[in-house]
Amino acid sequence: MTTAPHWFMLTVVGKDRPAIVARITAALYDGGCNLGEASMTRLGGNFTVMLMVQYAGNTAALENTSAPVCESLGLKLHVDKIEGQLHRHPEADVHIRVFGADRAGIVAQVTTVLADAGLDILDLQSDVAGTEDKPIYIMQIEGRALQGVAALESAVQILDGKGIEVQLEPIDLMLG
Amino acid sequence: MLQILTYPDERLERISQPVEHFDDELRNFIVDLEATMRAGPGGVGIAAPQTGRLQRIVIVDVSSKPKIRHHGRLVLINPEIITWEGHVLGREGCMSVPDYTGNVVRAERITLEARDESGALLRHELEGYEARAVQHEIDHLDGLLFLDRLVSRRNDLFRRKHYQKTADA
Ligand SMILES: [Zn+2]
Repeated sequence: MTTAPHWFMLTVVGKDRPAIVARITAALYDGGCNLGEASMTRLGGNFTVMLMVQYAGNTAALENTSAPVCESLGLKLHVDKIEGQLHRHPEADVHIRVFGADRAGIVAQVTTVLADAGLDILDLQSDVAGTEDKPIYIMQIEGRALQGVAALESAVQILDGKGIEVQLEPIDLMLG
Repeated sequence: MLQILTYPDERLERISQPVEHFDDELRNFIVDLEATMRAGPGGVGIAAPQTGRLQRIVIVDVSSKPKIRHHGRLVLINPEIITWEGHVLGREGCMSVPDYTGNVVRAERITLEARDESGALLRHELEGYEARAVQHEIDHLDGLLFLDRLVSRRNDLFRRKHYQKTADA
């Protein structure tokens, strides 16, 4: 069945192997989908895909379009109809780095203090590096300082130095 | 007001020609070019080819940014970068590439020679944000967009900034 094109979010997760992106996107293209913004990354040996897909059909039809390729690759698939729009990027005005010995609660502690100081997170990437007996946690955040950069700088001062390093720098966008 | 060309307009990828006549027609164009730059929200620079005029003319004015060294309004005709020093990663966007920003490596300090709108030769030492703006605009004269120089957004953006802190317990 065909309806007016609508945006969906496709979530695909599974064991990483070569050509996952090529095979999924080829199947979607052949199925009449238009692709939008995407985030695809490897997390702990899994490959994860979050992909905006524009499709002139309902959720079940899009699942049918994408399920065979996902099954053949051993990937889990999830489809949601979303209210989505392109060309609406808010600009980040701060970049925050966090690193230190990995320990329980580090993400919650840092993001709670920053949220209270007005941070709207637009992008967060974190890794556990180091070794199994000495893991290091590293996080990079970009976001908007809704209460101003000074409020976030104060928050960073509270967090910084107690076994973790937290550093903030404004992003000075040059638009030309 | 001039119309800003947007990617993938092929004129943005052409090499612009040097200005030879420093006349009223040129000065009138520069007035229009500057008005176009100032009409774009947040725009601190513009290059003539962004408006379809394939001549080596650039305007930069970063004086609206707080706490940086700058030279005010710069009209740079036939600009040449004479020296480069250092390099730094920063975030750029472009009026010719709407709704996208990315990280680009630029020289931290440059020495620049250019003519002004009367044809007089100028020499400037620029640094930081202002040097970045000039390098971005001169790229337009050579048919390059910041998209040609993107590095991963996963890269850490910033120069090391050392925070004094007490020793961990
Ligand atoms: Zn530009």
